[in-house]
Amino acid sequence: MNFELLLQLIINGVIVGLLYGVVGMCFVLVYKSTQIVNFAQGEFLLVGAWVCWALLVYLQLPFFLGFLLTLCFMAVFGVFLQMIVLRPMIGEPIISVIMVTIGLSIFFQSLTKWIFGVSPQSYPTVFDTQSISIFGLNIELAYLMSTVIALIIMVSFFLFFKYSKHGLAMRATAFDQQVAQSLGISVKQVFAMSWGIAATVSATAGVVIGMVNGVSDSLSSIGIKVFPAVILGGLDSIVGAIVGGITIGILENVAEFFDSQYLHIGNMYDIAPFYVLLIILWFKPYGLFGTRDIERI
Amino acid sequence: MVDKILKVEQISLAFGGVKALTDVSFEVEKGSVFSIIGPNGAGKTSMLNCISGRYRPYEGSIHFDDQEVTHMRPNDRADLGIGRTFQNLALFGHMSVLDNIMVGRHHQMKNNWLTGPLYWASPAQKEELKHRRQVEEIIDFLDISHVRKSIAGTLSYGLRKRVELARAIALNPKLILLDEPMAGMNLEEKEDMARYILDLNEEFGITVVMIEHDMGVVMDISHEVMVLDFGKKLVSGLPDEVMANEHVRQAYLGLDDNEQLQEVG
Repeated sequence: MNFELLLQLIINGVIVGLLYGVVGMCFVLVYKSTQIVNFAQGEFLLVGAWVCWALLVYLQLPFFLGFLLTLCFMAVFGVFLQMIVLRPMIGEPIISVIMVTIGLSIFFQSLTKWIFGVSPQSYPTVFDTQSISIFGLNIELAYLMSTVIALIIMVSFFLFFKYSKHGLAMRATAFDQQVAQSLGISVKQVFAMSWGIAATVSATAGVVIGMVNGVSDSLSSIGIKVFPAVILGGLDSIVGAIVGGITIGILENVAEFFDSQYLHIGNMYDIAPFYVLLIILWFKPYGLFGTRDIERI
Repeated sequence: MVDKILKVEQISLAFGGVKALTDVSFEVEKGSVFSIIGPNGAGKTSMLNCISGRYRPYEGSIHFDDQEVTHMRPNDRADLGIGRTFQNLALFGHMSVLDNIMVGRHHQMKNNWLTGPLYWASPAQKEELKHRRQVEEIIDFLDISHVRKSIAGTLSYGLRKRVELARAIALNPKLILLDEPMAGMNLEEKEDMARYILDLNEEFGITVVMIEHDMGVVMDISHEVMVLDFGKKLVSGLPDEVMANEHVRQAYLGLDDNEQLQEVG
């Protein structure tokens, strides 16, 4: 057994898993505060990555400036999306809202293809050295950066929800909208804010993944990859999203390892997470950290 | 002329064919304790919900502090100074007591996400201190300092009711709406709660509008009582007058003298 390869793959899994966790957190944020299952989550990554790419390549901006502008753009993008498309859907049946987000997903995929073309594009190099060696393992600098960024985002999420006035307002709204309103919290603002944050943070993940793998359509598939992660974590738990994300990241890499070394079934990388998801939900229908809804008859 | 803080004029509210409220009008004096009583389904909570903004009446108007609020959103009314508690406990169960109360304080804080992070270099620090101090006062006032760090969902019923009251006071309201503040309490807890309501009325100067079934408490602490029956206002006035009213006895208290003053579930 090739332990070195396995270890390398597990580390890659954790790194990618952290990014899944970040995107999963955004998904949970939107779900918790607005009760919308957002199928267009992956398109936030896609749009963010393309916008940043365009700023860097067409406008020749330095990376960090372009990145900051992208974040600003995405915050506005998320808020407007909520205000224009999703606010009128408040109170409509859940299935209609889901259809709208699926529609958004298709729309933005096509839009980015139309504007930027179908072929993957790579980012201009940001770092001079491509990879560094830690304990004999090669780690790409971009991956290291993504880990740091993911951790920063997670810590700031934690601080935001624990200590800030808006974080408190969002938690209150997630718990009970009517009570939150009676305490002077504008639910409209909270909804818009949660979409803005979700778009901005997802775009960060999009840019980071884009720097490593290039920008292409496949970025939006992260939005689907995040599903097993958040459902595993329990759909309404932010910690669950992080744990779920890392689990899925490791799982797909380990599955890939065993497949390529022993099983030779092929494509396990994409499918294994869903198998495991099925098995876990079999025993824990509410996910690992989810709220238990007990119905008594 | 006495200052009226709340003027409700000819409110009507219906859910489909069910008329919850028909043509109800009343006025609440500034600084008074105003009780709404009536049998179940009489429209008491609907009335409260109209005032707090959860329901919008299809007819009539509501003025708060000389400002029309009939079509205002609930959160804007809270900003104006209308606080409330709920009939079924509505604490944020996963949050600590302190966080629950800070949510009530939330709208008072002026610093935003830009100045907030610059904690040490902005007026935010001073403001935060001021709010902390006021929240401490509220916590002291309701004797809940021993549970301040506890998760709200783990507390006993009586304590949770107190925390909910604390959260509503933290809003710094001019008018507070209490929906059955003493439901399900034992005698001792009821006495405490009555004390708190009187104190917040007298010391904090908050006008109280409350729904309560315990006639003893209602008679003891209210300045004015209104009786609702089938969505209509039966009578209003001083507690003694209302108690003596023949219609009220028929509608609410029962004709039999022995059943009088008993709690009507």
